Amino acid sequence: MIHLAYLLPLLPLVGGSVLAVGGRRLGEPLAGWLGTGTVLGSFVITCIEFAALLGRSGPGGRSVVQVLWSWIPVGGLQVHVTFLVDPLSMTMALFVTGISALIHLYSIGYMHGDPDFPKFFTYLNLFVASMLLLVLGGNMLITFVGWEGVGACSYWLISFWFQRDSAASAGKKAFIYNRVGDVGFLLAMFLVFEKTGSLDYRVVFAHLHAFGPASATAVCLLLFLAAAGKSAQIPLFPWLADAMEGPTPVSALIHAATMVTAGVYLMCRFNPMLALSHDAQLVVASVGAATAFVAATIGATQHDIKKVLAYSTVSQLGYMFLAVGTGAYQAAIFLMVAHAFYKGLLFLGAGSVIHAMDDEQDLLRMGNLRRYLKLTSATFAVAWLAIAGIPPLSGFWAKGDVLDNAFAFNKALWAVGLVTAALTAYYLSRLMAMAFFGDERWRQAFPTPAGVAAASAGDAGAGTGHGTPGTATHGAGHGVGHSGEPHEGPWVMGLPLVVLSVLALLGGALNLPWHPSWDPLGWLTPVFGTRLFDAHLSSSTQWVLGVVDTVMALIGLGIALPLWTRDVQRPRLEPAFLRRAWLIDTAIDTTVSRPGTLLARFAATVLDVRIIDGAVNGTARLTGMLGSGLRRAQTGFVRQYALGIVLGMVALLAYMASRVWM
Amino acid sequence: MGPTTTFPYLTTLVLLPAGAAVACAVMPRSMGERAQRRAVLAVGTLAMVAALALAVTIAVEFRVGDGGYQMQSVHQWMPQLGVSWHLGVDGISLFLLLMAAVLFPLALLGATVRQKSRSYVVWLLVLEAACMGSFVSLDLILFFVFFELTLVPVYFIIVGWGSGRRAYAAVKFFLYTFLGSAFLLVGIVAVAVIHDQQTGHLTFDLVALQSTHLGLASQILLFLAFTAAFAVKAPIFPFHTWSPDAYSSSPTGGAVILAAVMAKLGTYGVIRFDLTLFPRAVVDLAPVLLTLGVIGILYGAIVACAQRDLKRLVAYSSLAHIGFIVLGTFALSTEAVTGGVLQMVNHGLVTAALFLLIGWIWDRRRTWRTDELRGLQRPAPILAAMFTVVMMASIGLPGLNGFVGEFLVLAGTFLTHRWWAVVATTGVVLAAVYLLWAFQRVFHHAPGPEDEHTRDLGWRETAVMVPLVGLIIFLGVYPKPVLDRITPTVTALVHHVDVATGRVQPLVANGGVAAAASTAATAATGGTRAGTAASAPTAACRHHGQSAWVDGRRVVCHVAVTTSTRRLP
Repeated sequence: MIHLAYLLPLLPLVGGSVLAVGGRRLGEPLAGWLGTGTVLGSFVITCIEFAALLGRSGPGGRSVVQVLWSWIPVGGLQVHVTFLVDPLSMTMALFVTGISALIHLYSIGYMHGDPDFPKFFTYLNLFVASMLLLVLGGNMLITFVGWEGVGACSYWLISFWFQRDSAASAGKKAFIYNRVGDVGFLLAMFLVFEKTGSLDYRVVFAHLHAFGPASATAVCLLLFLAAAGKSAQIPLFPWLADAMEGPTPVSALIHAATMVTAGVYLMCRFNPMLALSHDAQLVVASVGAATAFVAATIGATQHDIKKVLAYSTVSQLGYMFLAVGTGAYQAAIFLMVAHAFYKGLLFLGAGSVIHAMDDEQDLLRMGNLRRYLKLTSATFAVAWLAIAGIPPLSGFWAKGDVLDNAFAFNKALWAVGLVTAALTAYYLSRLMAMAFFGDERWRQAFPTPAGVAAASAGDAGAGTGHGTPGTATHGAGHGVGHSGEPHEGPWVMGLPLVVLSVLALLGGALNLPWHPSWDPLGWLTPVFGTRLFDAHLSSSTQWVLGVVDTVMALIGLGIALPLWTRDVQRPRLEPAFLRRAWLIDTAIDTTVSRPGTLLARFAATVLDVRIIDGAVNGTARLTGMLGSGLRRAQTGFVRQYALGIVLGMVALLAYMASRVWM
Repeated sequence: MGPTTTFPYLTTLVLLPAGAAVACAVMPRSMGERAQRRAVLAVGTLAMVAALALAVTIAVEFRVGDGGYQMQSVHQWMPQLGVSWHLGVDGISLFLLLMAAVLFPLALLGATVRQKSRSYVVWLLVLEAACMGSFVSLDLILFFVFFELTLVPVYFIIVGWGSGRRAYAAVKFFLYTFLGSAFLLVGIVAVAVIHDQQTGHLTFDLVALQSTHLGLASQILLFLAFTAAFAVKAPIFPFHTWSPDAYSSSPTGGAVILAAVMAKLGTYGVIRFDLTLFPRAVVDLAPVLLTLGVIGILYGAIVACAQRDLKRLVAYSSLAHIGFIVLGTFALSTEAVTGGVLQMVNHGLVTAALFLLIGWIWDRRRTWRTDELRGLQRPAPILAAMFTVVMMASIGLPGLNGFVGEFLVLAGTFLTHRWWAVVATTGVVLAAVYLLWAFQRVFHHAPGPEDEHTRDLGWRETAVMVPLVGLIIFLGVYPKPVLDRITPTVTALVHHVDVATGRVQPLVANGGVAAAASTAATAATGGTRAGTAASAPTAACRHHGQSAWVDGRRVVCHVAVTTSTRRLP
């Protein structure tokens, strides 16, 4: 059944193409159902493939390559369109298609009434196709096709409401930041090709002896640059917060559950290479830990519900890279899957809130929503406890795995991770308290659209950076309007919440020692080998670490929940430095963007026009002057040039002749 | 001299548009303005479509795996001067022919002119004949004649149907390229004279001149003379300043041909003549030209960022893309040169599409300034969608054609001139910056009052765009048929340079996995038997496609079963 692998990206690709051409004709609900259907089809096929792969035995038997056609054959460079079906790619494909199907379904409700409803599903389907190419690619170049494809779809979806300048700019920013990372990916490919003569994963990893320590480190760090762009790590993370300008299902799918984890996947795929370079591992782990901490501090100070979640995603991705750097690839994948469940759920819950509040994203204008949005708050609470790391929810196990490995690898990194764990519990409890507990502040904030507009205009200068709520085209058929109280969305939005909350609740079971034979993630072992540090930890140490994690989570939760339920105006806890994301955006702006713009303007107006073209025109003018001086002897330009040609020819001929004869 | 084919495909390809031009020129004035316009358009379209059909036939008849000249036709022309009518096509010129044959009818149909249609069509037909002739000439004088002949129609098209400072732009274009050509002519005559000195046989035939012995100093001088003409035509930095003026003053059809087809005469000339005739100079001066290419990539992109005029923006983006072609050509590895040739075709298709789209924006709004256009995506979604695809191809999104060429160029350059490739790779970021910037300005935002009623593409414009977009996607997904025909010629050409100079391109470029493995093995044993390793991998690489998959052993997975579980007792 492995030969069905090509259908995985093909189905959504066909769906996207059909929607691109005839989506407008299909109209509102139908386009959405078609989009959902193709992704659901991919999910079903992934399940079949998964079962087929389980049916094969032996470590080598569970790695199958499907070759479709020869793509770029030039001399020694032979690149085929190939899919690698192995435990890692199937794990990724399974959760990517599953969550994508749920979020497609959710979008049918969320995007209801949008004039570009079919276009939304076009992009969403193309995104799923690209993501599947990324994870299934049998060589670096196919992975790169998917890598760029998801970047392009992300660009289109972030700037989906392009009438808003902020949305259009955010999409562009995301693409360009990713492009910076892509330079690393390209250079890594060139180096790998130079060393091994191939880009195929299996061939490359079979020729690891061709890499010296320096070149292995170089490849790993170049790939990490790519991963840092895609997965929003220091210093390339500012785009992810801006990406929240996109519709909320997009944030859930692309900027939380799937695309941003592509960097982690890439590093996991290159684990044999990473194992050759301890330096690269240390860099990856350190950057990961630092990002986890920095993003958590930023997330603790944001007022826009989606920005809190965005920085939370950056922070969690940092944890994943910490795991990758410590060699705990299974822990990274475990956290990736668990994170997809609970972060997807958080975003969909936030979408449900935003939808119910008529496109309001400011936490200061929410409060006590648990009385009105029962299903949303219940499922949101599951996700909150899961990400905070409260046992026995999935986040506890997943994050615990990462921290245990970090503990064995490097105590300093572990300490950073532990503090971040407390911060994680803190900022999500803060969000929970501001949105679902406390006073019903939206009753005062809601009165008139004009008032809302005025208030948001006033806030824009405050630098909190929350998105402009509402647009002319969007929100027409949304939520409650201004009259009634917030209420839940339709069932298509409710069902994904329920499914994801069950997964977030029980996802930890994926990796629990129920029985010696129960070892679902253990099947990744053939891909990753056993370069794991926590294998050396005694069981009592593991117990102690588990208790420490829980205590830290409870501390964060215990501080934030009562504090932010009582009052939401606490500027002392929200220093501007943190609110403005450690000023990294500003720093990049002053050091790169502005000098770049000046350079471009200088090059265009002075260098090109005055100097280079000036030299050309100056020569022409000189010739003209010379010509008018010679006009007594010569008449007209044509003869002059003819004369020039002849004289030049004679001179060169004379030179040549002299060389031949002498 | 190879055997001549039974049917003179190439001669017909050159004479067909020329004949049609004559037919249009002598069409009687008595038939009335409108009837004449229609008849001229019909004849022009018919001739161009016939030329396209002929070019497709040539591509079908082309023998895959043969790196030499095919379908040659050789006729005496001026025997006492050693000039002959020698045409031939190989992997390098084949797809340039096809590209030109595709673009001419699209340029004619996609951008019709309102007045003086007859002379416009005549000039376009003359231009097509001259371009085709340049791509297939294997006689230096014949090439020069066609190469120069292209100037005349373009000059008249800019002056007659252009806009803005068209007289200035046309004269500048004409004089600048003409000056370059003067050096070329001197060079051509010098090569022939030296050949005559050595053999006593005066000829301008490229195949014969290939065997001329030239000292390094003469090679360098002649290389500079030839390259002066090609560098202006392409244009290569810093000889590019005529191009923004000429492109922005041309009518749409002229800009399409000028940027998409004629620019390739320059880069084609470098590959065809410089690499064949002056290999030692090419190898010696490669760092200089590579540097100019890299500067072109970065400088073109940076200046494009500051442009407020869409046409000038595309002109500078062209400079950047030509930089990639130059880089590939002078990197002199099989991948890089193949990528360079492919990139010529890619750049032609993408630039033509961009100029057509920009021309249609002009038709609707009478401006191409980015600060006067806003929110066009809302009223004109098809236009925006087409622009998006073409823009992404220009940025180098994999799956579209631009990526394949760029990747080959950069990967191939990395093998021979690593640091040039590293710097050039950063160009991919800048390409995204200026194009997305322009796209946001023109298509995003809510439309202003004048933009609100911008007409979307009509069926005719869509019909012109569809083949271009189709080719852009096809070449991105399945470039194999094209690469299979380019590679043998390029392999032979690089081999020619290697033999002439004693330089050897890295084994991996032709040998792939097997070569890399043997290199690693010899490095490991301390032996340096590069000579023997060179032949083995070449043989192995023929079967590489299959064998690599079968042989791809898995040493990745080690033993052991322990997992990273948090195991609570």
